[in-house]
Amino acid sequence: MSAPPHPTVAPPDATVVPRLIPHRPDASLGAHLARLGPPPRPTRSLVEQVEAAGVRGRGGAGFPTGVKMAAVAARSRTRGPIVVANGTEGEPASAKDQTLLVHVPHLVLDGMVAAAGAVGAREAILCVDRRHRHVVDAVGRAVGERQGRWADTVAVRVAQVPSRYVAGEESALVHWLNGGEAKPTSSPPRPFERGVDGRPTLVDNVETLAHVALVARFGAEWYRAIGTPDEPGTVLLTVGGHAARGGVYEVPSGVPLAALLDNAGAPLAELAGVLVGGYFGTWLDPATAAAVAVDHSSLRAVGGSLGCGVVFALPRGHCGLAETARIARWLAGEGAQQCGPCAHGLPAMAEAMEHLSAGGPGASRAHVRLHQLFVQVEGRGACRHPDGAVRMVRSALEVFAADAAAHAAGRPCPPAPAWLPTPAPGGWR
Amino acid sequence: MSLQLVVDPIACDAHGTCAELLPELIVLDEWGYPIVDARPVPAHLEGHARRAVAACPVLALRLRRLRGA
Ligand SMILES: Cc1cc2nc3c(=O)[nH]c(=O)nc-3n(C[C@H](O)[C@H](O)[C@H](O)COP(=O)(O)O)c2cc1C
Ligand code: SF4
Ligand code: SF4
Repeated sequence: MSAPPHPTVAPPDATVVPRLIPHRPDASLGAHLARLGPPPRPTRSLVEQVEAAGVRGRGGAGFPTGVKMAAVAARSRTRGPIVVANGTEGEPASAKDQTLLVHVPHLVLDGMVAAAGAVGAREAILCVDRRHRHVVDAVGRAVGERQGRWADTVAVRVAQVPSRYVAGEESALVHWLNGGEAKPTSSPPRPFERGVDGRPTLVDNVETLAHVALVARFGAEWYRAIGTPDEPGTVLLTVGGHAARGGVYEVPSGVPLAALLDNAGAPLAELAGVLVGGYFGTWLDPATAAAVAVDHSSLRAVGGSLGCGVVFALPRGHCGLAETARIARWLAGEGAQQCGPCAHGLPAMAEAMEHLSAGGPGASRAHVRLHQLFVQVEGRGACRHPDGAVRMVRSALEVFAADAAAHAAGRPCPPAPAWLPTPAPGGWR
Repeated sequence: MSLQLVVDPIACDAHGTCAELLPELIVLDEWGYPIVDARPVPAHLEGHARRAVAACPVLALRLRRLRGA
């Protein structure tokens, strides 16, 4: 396998490695082909290459992509499969999928076509949030540029999905693509068994598919040259909050979180905590954040999670409990209100967090209440929305334990402006 | 062959009939939704488990065969 034609050399002290997103991105098809060369002919053997490369899903769970591709390919004899690229990016603090789609849309489209060829699909759907107008425009342009070029292999279309947090869950996407509301459905069947149009459906995050496109071009060995042995390659991270140079960073998986924060202008000494993994993620205290590496297994070892790659820096002087209460309330409103434990438990959790952040007598009871709720909510929804909410709230209780004690003793934090974004909900259709 | 009780949280309407029929394996949460014991159903409770499944008015409760068992 050949190396990329224009190996991009990062400055020795920088963590950034521009594999997916070049330093000076140009979204045109011409620039894309000039940088990476033409995409190889789709082949079934890509499934094994992706397994060998060790690509992990970038939509949050980090599941091995090759395994999922193999499961869909194995069912391709019964019904023609279909590929769904998940670019909905419902995480309010995440921008990596939108950035990828706006700046490097052709790499995602290459990945969709390659994955389709690998699993035996002749159709692929790129799902984007209909409120992300810049993304809708960029991918529309890119699909147009390709018309007639590789048209005979795979038919690609763009779908504009309703703006809801849970709409990006795979069964919700499938249900909506089949004409229903963008709400999760009961499983089984899972999408890889019976998805869009009843066909075996490969749902992959758009960043995942961009990595697949690189594996198709340059092979597994090249892919594994950076990152950790368990989690090879680069990872897109959205660094936000109290960060002078916040934005989307492409780094080898396994970089020290401290180095990333330093590069992004978010010195740990100025932070009260770091939310890693988005609204389903975990808060880390600055001391833990200072010592951890950015990959699934390192973060798991300290009780954290990488999720969709959000790294949000909360500055000192801002109340992590108040931020958590606001996110908990928002997550409660974003649920699909289909499962009792989620529909009742999430608002109850939000209420208890609000008591905790307000301080006074209610605050001391709130702790006990939250622990009662965690056991009644976790693992009891049709999708993992409630589990994500529990994980995030539980981590706040640990990381901001001293604040919680102060609030309970009648010394709440002074009111401060909100930091984490909580966009207004969209519809379900 | 061992069996496991599973509840479909979308279908479940919190009727609570299941917990009445099988209190050994099903308790209700504070909103009336069943928390089912995920361990294999003991042989002596299988009949009761089947009756609980049959009694659910919305077919939200089922018994599934545990793989490898
Ligand atoms: C409530 C909820 C919301 C989700 N939202 C997204 C999303 O916006 N984008 C995404 O790629 N995956 C999202 N996921 C994960 C998808 O269900 C699915 O696992 C993923 O798209 C698979 O792609 P991957 O294997 O490439 O990560 C969400 C999951 C849950 C439970
Ligand atoms: S767990 Fe919550 S968000 Fe998920 S399907 Fe059930 S009600 Fe909807
Ligand atoms: S009987 Fe059925 S609907 Fe009623 S609580 Fe049990 S599972 Fe839910």
